[in-house]
Amino acid sequence: MANAEISTVPPPGIRFPAPESKLCPLPIDAAKIPAGFPSPAADYENGRLDINTYLIRNPVATFFFTVEGRSMEGAEIFDGDIVVVDRSITPRHGHIVVAFIHGERLLKRLYRRAHRVALISENPDFPPVEIREDAEFAVWGVVVGKFKRLPA
Amino acid sequence: MPAPIFALVDCNNFYASCEKLFDPRLAGVPVVVLSNNDGVVVARSAEVKALGLPMGQPWFKVRDLAKRHGIVAFSSNYTLYADMSNRVVNVLAQFSPDLEVYSIDESFLDLSGHVPESLAAYGRSIRERVRQWLGLTVCVGIASSKTLAKLANHCAKKNLAGTGGICDFTAMSAAELDSLMARIEVGEIWGVGRQLAPKLHAMGIRSVKALRDADPGQLRQRFSVVQERIVQELRGIPCLSLEDVTPDRQQIISSRSFGERVHDLQSLQEAVTSHICRAAEKLRNQDSLAGAVTVSIRTSPFNPNEPRYQKSLTVALPEASADSRILTRAALKLLGQSYRQGYAYQKAGVMLSDIRPRRLRQPSLFSAIGNDEDNRRLMQTLDHINSRWGRGTLRLAAEGTDFGWRMKRGHLSPAYTTNWETLPRLIAR
Repeated sequence: MANAEISTVPPPGIRFPAPESKLCPLPIDAAKIPAGFPSPAADYENGRLDINTYLIRNPVATFFFTVEGRSMEGAEIFDGDIVVVDRSITPRHGHIVVAFIHGERLLKRLYRRAHRVALISENPDFPPVEIREDAEFAVWGVVVGKFKRLPA
Repeated sequence: MPAPIFALVDCNNFYASCEKLFDPRLAGVPVVVLSNNDGVVVARSAEVKALGLPMGQPWFKVRDLAKRHGIVAFSSNYTLYADMSNRVVNVLAQFSPDLEVYSIDESFLDLSGHVPESLAAYGRSIRERVRQWLGLTVCVGIASSKTLAKLANHCAKKNLAGTGGICDFTAMSAAELDSLMARIEVGEIWGVGRQLAPKLHAMGIRSVKALRDADPGQLRQRFSVVQERIVQELRGIPCLSLEDVTPDRQQIISSRSFGERVHDLQSLQEAVTSHICRAAEKLRNQDSLAGAVTVSIRTSPFNPNEPRYQKSLTVALPEASADSRILTRAALKLLGQSYRQGYAYQKAGVMLSDIRPRRLRQPSLFSAIGNDEDNRRLMQTLDHINSRWGRGTLRLAAEGTDFGWRMKRGHLSPAYTTNWETLPRLIAR
């Protein structure tokens, strides 16, 4: 920093004019000079697996939630799992959903058949939540995956 | 060339709606969002608007009223709003590749070439997709110029014209438009505002229609070409086109007001270091280097009883860098030169500029070979740790550990979408 240059900029609050660029940068590797044979594997690149594309169908509409409790263990969703929630999927009977009801964020399986709407747990210890017509109820999104990091 | 058609898409009660989206306890509850340092009301939910609590009120003045009405207040959670805003823009881009992000909650779309009969339906599908995918409500104004699209949006939002949050001026007859514009105050027009409106009133121009029918030449003489342009735009002759968005930032700015006034150099040093580290992280995210660093500090411009001081210094680096330590060293040196004792500082900020892609790096003749790669790895590690464990987990010692200078944000909601540690919790009970 010894020979750094100092210039004073008029101080209009905290707004910054763009200082002029004095450098004319050129790319270091603008021209590649070939040397030796190309790698025989060069044509087979781009094959690496990406967990994002595996778990997420529509990134713009996807949100993550942390699970707290054991009522969905029958669906293999455990306490501490992170679930992948896609709002762009229209919720249907049988989907595992995030539901907002009476001020709570719940994770349940959506039951919607005949005239019955209910939120079903996947654990016999937890009875279903029947949704009555006057309930403050909204399906927030549909669960499409889950993941967890393990200590190692 | 097809007739130009613009849409302005605007999120209703954006900040308050973002807060409500993730918190089920807020359904039907009046919500306000406060400015930096919990100063004034900057956003209101529909329930608060219905209560008649005005925008821009200092929070301490309305706190009692808020309590009586059960209003819940939030500090500005810009991390959350920025993420939701980006998502909205992503959805809108699916409806038109030509898009101008006008503000955090408004975008212009170019819909030229669409079949006129289908425009309102198109607007409805925009609204429906944003609602389903992101849980936010938007209004869509459609017209043949940007100024008219903005006005159509206003009409949609205030229910003056159109239906279901969509207002398409191109589908309205001349007579319908005339009577609508005659009913809207001239100050509602985009670009007219509080300064110009009284002057127009003095000329007898009170409604949108009156301005549209005014003599453009006269307005140009009286004011400027800008006002003449507004008249043309109101007549449906587009004078403004969509402004392109620059993909990479040319400057990265990080600045904040302090929660409490700061007097000592050390607190300023910690604040500046923290700003540099945030800015440098953004710089590395876009895989760029900065060639210059600016540091600005100032006292409050509003308090007449305090001695005022402000200083802004810039240094060009001998070699462009994205290394937090190098940028910090430069910034702290500038700060040392700017700092004067005996002032109550209210704001500090940094700017990184002369930004260029990393691949254009020009090593200095005297730089140690190999060092850059090591530094880069160190910075990558730093970013990885901070993105995994939360911002500030690993930081430079110069950032300090006290944070007395940080913003006051007593009512901050969690970073629902951008931090693994603060994801919303789902009850499985």
